[in-house]
Amino acid sequence: METVAFNVEELRNDFPILSKKFNGKTLAYLDNAATSQKPRQVIKAICDFYEGYNANIHRGVYEIEEKATMKYERTREATSRFIGAESAEQIIFTRNTTESINLVAKTWGASNIRKGDKIVVSLLEHHSNVVPWQVLAKEKGALLEYINLKEDSTIDLDDFKEKIAGAKLLAITQASNVLGTLVPVKQMTSIAHQEGCTVLVDGAQSAPHMPVSMTDIGCDFFAFSSHKMLGPTGVGVLYGKREILDAMPPYNLGGDMISEVHKWDVTWNELPWKFEAGTSNIADVIAYYHAIEYLQRLGMERVREHEKSLTKYALKRLSEIKGLRYYGPDDIEMRGGIISFTLGDVHPHDIASILSREAIAIRSGYHCAQPLHEELSLGGTARASFYIYNTEEEVDRLAEALNEVRKVFAK
Amino acid sequence: MSDEIYKEIILDHYKNPHNFHKLKDPDFKAEDTNPLCGDHVEFSVKLQDGRVSEVGFIGRGCAISQAAASILTDLVQGKTIEELQKMEKEDLLEAMGNPDLGPVRIKCAMLSFKTLKLGLYSYLSSKSSHT
Repeated sequence: METVAFNVEELRNDFPILSKKFNGKTLAYLDNAATSQKPRQVIKAICDFYEGYNANIHRGVYEIEEKATMKYERTREATSRFIGAESAEQIIFTRNTTESINLVAKTWGASNIRKGDKIVVSLLEHHSNVVPWQVLAKEKGALLEYINLKEDSTIDLDDFKEKIAGAKLLAITQASNVLGTLVPVKQMTSIAHQEGCTVLVDGAQSAPHMPVSMTDIGCDFFAFSSHKMLGPTGVGVLYGKREILDAMPPYNLGGDMISEVHKWDVTWNELPWKFEAGTSNIADVIAYYHAIEYLQRLGMERVREHEKSLTKYALKRLSEIKGLRYYGPDDIEMRGGIISFTLGDVHPHDIASILSREAIAIRSGYHCAQPLHEELSLGGTARASFYIYNTEEEVDRLAEALNEVRKVFAK
Repeated sequence: MSDEIYKEIILDHYKNPHNFHKLKDPDFKAEDTNPLCGDHVEFSVKLQDGRVSEVGFIGRGCAISQAAASILTDLVQGKTIEELQKMEKEDLLEAMGNPDLGPVRIKCAMLSFKTLKLGLYSYLSSKSSHT
């Protein structure tokens, strides 16, 4: 695919929301770890579908139905290429990352995890990569163990090597949604596989921000969402190794996931449709293609470089603010574009509320990672997270507003 | 910077909360947490001749939740049980200066109101079941 120049000022024009005014000010959207904004190419694709060829897929043989089916499956192929998967049949569309992980827990987990088995996660996990395993472990009488972090907020690989011995499943994030920590999932997958352990990687915070390759990482499952990478909400992706997906029982039961249904008997459809029961989120899957294309034209290496330089700048600006403490690795090579911080004893919700008046959008609270906050003895944090359209000027606005927050709450 | 939420009265109560202590031998107490943000309040109330004679709270959390609790303790001081029952959330918001809270932050303000009301009702129902 032909690449385009990475010009932030120019690409911002593709995002209608970024030119809107809130409280008379331009939006500084710094909550990209929650969801990204959408370029007009994606928004237009949704309209084009409903206005031009809305039809259900995999069913009829009339013209617009065939067009819809073709476009839907085109996204699957693009997704497969985007994450360097072996084949498009290994890409399953779900609603979001959470559903992708639940699908694995409810099908692979239910038929493979037994009493006394060990499931290993890390302290960095989002609730969606903790709760399904916690519940499964309770149901099956399995053990759930957490890999510790080192002082510098990176994964303690010695602790990992100890805990992975004899484990049945490793479920681990590739990038922390709180600390920004990048996790060496390729190295960990290879070690886990030597133990005969299956590996699921949560790519929700990595796939949108850096090049990822399934054949390189070698993991058995990989889960991520469209909406964090310029695409619409309501589309999640689950990648799986073919032999594992083939052996897994189906997830939801009904239409589209079957090949033959008789009164008393049924045979399952082949991959990937075996896991896509009922009418899919057709419009959003079709529009998601344009998000992938947008990112690929920019180039994922350049996306990562942009975020690295912005994060470096932000860490410098934030460290100049009195009373501000940020968390996560100092080494820019070990972290993504996410910075969680506290400001003296000001509650994160108060920080976010005051910033909102300045049209600066950040997240506050536990960020769906309460075990991590408990481990760090934090009541909650404020979080700024970056993407392709963020600028140093927005970081300056953030720093300025945080200094104002400090003044409002000065005793 | 305009901060319609962070009015002077709210910042004052947050920085110097009123009645910030736990009562010994209260007639009833009640505590609750907002799981979303970890705001926590605990009220203890003493009654005399059917009126609130003393009230205290302890807690931690955002400025809105803690200021609301402090303002609420001032508001209920000396009130009869009937007046407490009749008290509405608008009364608290008015005492807070009607800050421009959105649908999310209003939950921070209402945590103390809800907690105190629940404490009152469980006190009343336990009393009526004893008589």
